[in-house]
Amino acid sequence: MSDKSHDPNQMTGAAMIVRALIDHGVTDIFGYPGGAVLPIYDEIFQQSQVQHILVRHEQGAGHAAEGYARSTGKPGVALVTSGPGATNMVTPLTDALMDSIPLVCISGQVPTHLIGNDAFQECDTVGITRPCTKHNWLVRDVNDLAKVLHEAFYVATSGRPGPVLVDVPKDVQFATGTYHPPRKSDVHRSYAPRVKGDATQIRKAVSLLANAKRPVIYSGGGVINSGPEATNLLRELVEVTGFPITSTLMGLGAYPASGKNWLGMLGMHGTYEANMTMHDCDVMLCVGARFDDRITGRVDAFSPGSKKIHIDIDPSSINKNIRVDVPIIGDCGNVLGDILQVFKSEAKKPDIKSWWQQIAQWRARNSLYYKKSNDVILPQHAIQSLFEATRGKDTYITTEVGQHQMWAAQFYGFEEPHRWMTSGGLGTMGYGLPAAVGVQVAHPDSLVIDIAGDASVQMTMQEMSTAVQYELPIKIFILNNQYMGMVRQWQQLLHGNRLSHSYSEALPDFVKLAEAYGAVGLQVHKPGDLDGAIKEMISVKRPVLFDCRVAALENCFPMIPSGKAHNEMLLPEQANDEATAKAFAAGKALV
Amino acid sequence: MNQPASAYFIEDRHDPNETHTLAVLVQNEPGVLARVIGLFSGRGYNIESLTVSETEAQKHLSRITIVTTGTPMVIEQIKHQLDRMIPVYRVVDMTQTKRSIERELAMVKVRGQGEHRVEALRLADAFRARVIDATTESFVFEITGNTDKINQFIDLMRPLGLVEVSRTGVAAIGRGPEGM
Repeated sequence: MSDKSHDPNQMTGAAMIVRALIDHGVTDIFGYPGGAVLPIYDEIFQQSQVQHILVRHEQGAGHAAEGYARSTGKPGVALVTSGPGATNMVTPLTDALMDSIPLVCISGQVPTHLIGNDAFQECDTVGITRPCTKHNWLVRDVNDLAKVLHEAFYVATSGRPGPVLVDVPKDVQFATGTYHPPRKSDVHRSYAPRVKGDATQIRKAVSLLANAKRPVIYSGGGVINSGPEATNLLRELVEVTGFPITSTLMGLGAYPASGKNWLGMLGMHGTYEANMTMHDCDVMLCVGARFDDRITGRVDAFSPGSKKIHIDIDPSSINKNIRVDVPIIGDCGNVLGDILQVFKSEAKKPDIKSWWQQIAQWRARNSLYYKKSNDVILPQHAIQSLFEATRGKDTYITTEVGQHQMWAAQFYGFEEPHRWMTSGGLGTMGYGLPAAVGVQVAHPDSLVIDIAGDASVQMTMQEMSTAVQYELPIKIFILNNQYMGMVRQWQQLLHGNRLSHSYSEALPDFVKLAEAYGAVGLQVHKPGDLDGAIKEMISVKRPVLFDCRVAALENCFPMIPSGKAHNEMLLPEQANDEATAKAFAAGKALV
Repeated sequence: MNQPASAYFIEDRHDPNETHTLAVLVQNEPGVLARVIGLFSGRGYNIESLTVSETEAQKHLSRITIVTTGTPMVIEQIKHQLDRMIPVYRVVDMTQTKRSIERELAMVKVRGQGEHRVEALRLADAFRARVIDATTESFVFEITGNTDKINQFIDLMRPLGLVEVSRTGVAAIGRGPEGM
């Protein structure tokens, strides 16, 4: 007994949690206190190694942790209480699962003996979060806690990254037990993600690439998740092969937008040249992307004449939507390294000059064209101006979800990975503002901008208060068209222009709102004032709500209409009422 | 293909469904069965039959046998989705190996008198079903076999006074000396 009292590894469950965070190199966590996590908050109070950022809503903690994770490559950590604290985390957990973001959420739970009794602020947290986490645990014995916490960090960050949740009843937080530092045996023996690609498949892939006449590389978020090495190897592969490259929304920045082989983003709102290249290619190399339905368009007409190579660390991503010819299961960086090695020793740069000529013709269609105006700010123009004003600066961009998000992806050029934080898979309106908080915590001296819409931004506006409290100078750049633009666009295209509840009425005065929070509000109406206002926004070292009033009825093009293939895109100059009606004829027939 | 007004690409799938028996070796920990079942309901897969029991208590291993239906692409998905769960050690498609034995146990209660009772007993004998409970007006038969055999036996018992059936669901194991 006396021995144990001197053992530094004897501690309460609450102390173990803080200790495990420190042992895993966590310096910042996002959370909100409540009854079932008070012992943990008491431990946090008595130390200074882990900084706790108090959010205003648990969803904000989750998205902030996501922004932190995406911009650093480290796991984001959130701490919430039982019941509503945990249920408010469901959206960010699902968001992180869809986009493969490493997140560790620690939730408090009612004491063990009350579980199942409908106690105050009780909910079945592990039951509710089971389908929206990579794995989760309910810890019933304080002596299991260290192992579970270490395993949680490992599971979140290894293989295909994702969110995990550890539910800790309050009595387990109070109980004293034995802590141990992280060790190998803390992980399930059944969990062993495959990292190294199969050598035979890699040879097959190289042979396809070396003999390609019309190749394309299609990369995704997996490259960014894999780490800086994968990004370097991807760039080297493009260099060595001379192939054109496009990317998903999640993969932007892995290959620089200024690179000469860059085709722009692909998919529903991707560029004409990217989608046509995908459609007409003879060899497709998909790296760390998953043939999502926003990418493929109509699947039975997706890139019909190509041999497809798919590199993914998750075997369940292979042949899920599109059947591929050469699947390679492994980590992007690892597999790209092997492919490069074999390619460099056995193959030479294929001659694809005529393919590039074809691509140049598609490029000449200028699919991102829009008509500027002297009277009203076009949203595309606003993003371009923002891009120009921040070019060369140490900038991170987050977004909400909708038209502004697509315009940001189309018009903001990303040169590096981890600079672009957006909710791709789940499409969570309200993601961007708290994500910006998380990014700014991780990068206090960088310029962090949330490109937002007037509707999305109101979903998590309360986190402005967090930004003000912690002096996080985030810039919320609102493309304010007084509509839920993307919803309205679909209603115009598919629902007979009946704009059912897609307008923003009774919008707050964003300038006054900013001031009410203790932040800075800016508003601009005229194109001529835009650059000056953006400059002012950047120079202000405080949080800013930037109300950029833009053309209300502008829509996002080019676009693959539903049920259409990549080569049936609707281009901006064609997007008059008649052509739009025709392209959506099948849809119109039913409205 | 008539595309309804939707932000999603709606397509008809015409691949024929197949039935597969999957053996899943898992860590026996709280919630593991809920994870597996949740995967099936969450992703819209079918469960025709499911059995689960601890098979190696020392190592905390349980074996789940699932009979499922789907297109070949969906069956592949199911296997990969199961395999990537943290507490899952292995997934073996017993149907694909073509070297597996499948058995199910059923207890079948039949109520009747006179000729029906005699006939039930005679059929039970032909199916190698054992009588495990008897009263003057009822029997409980225990029958083991593959699913088809048990279905057939139950069908035959129906006109003879079938009262109720309790079935274990399918358990499967590979032939030959190797384990899964």
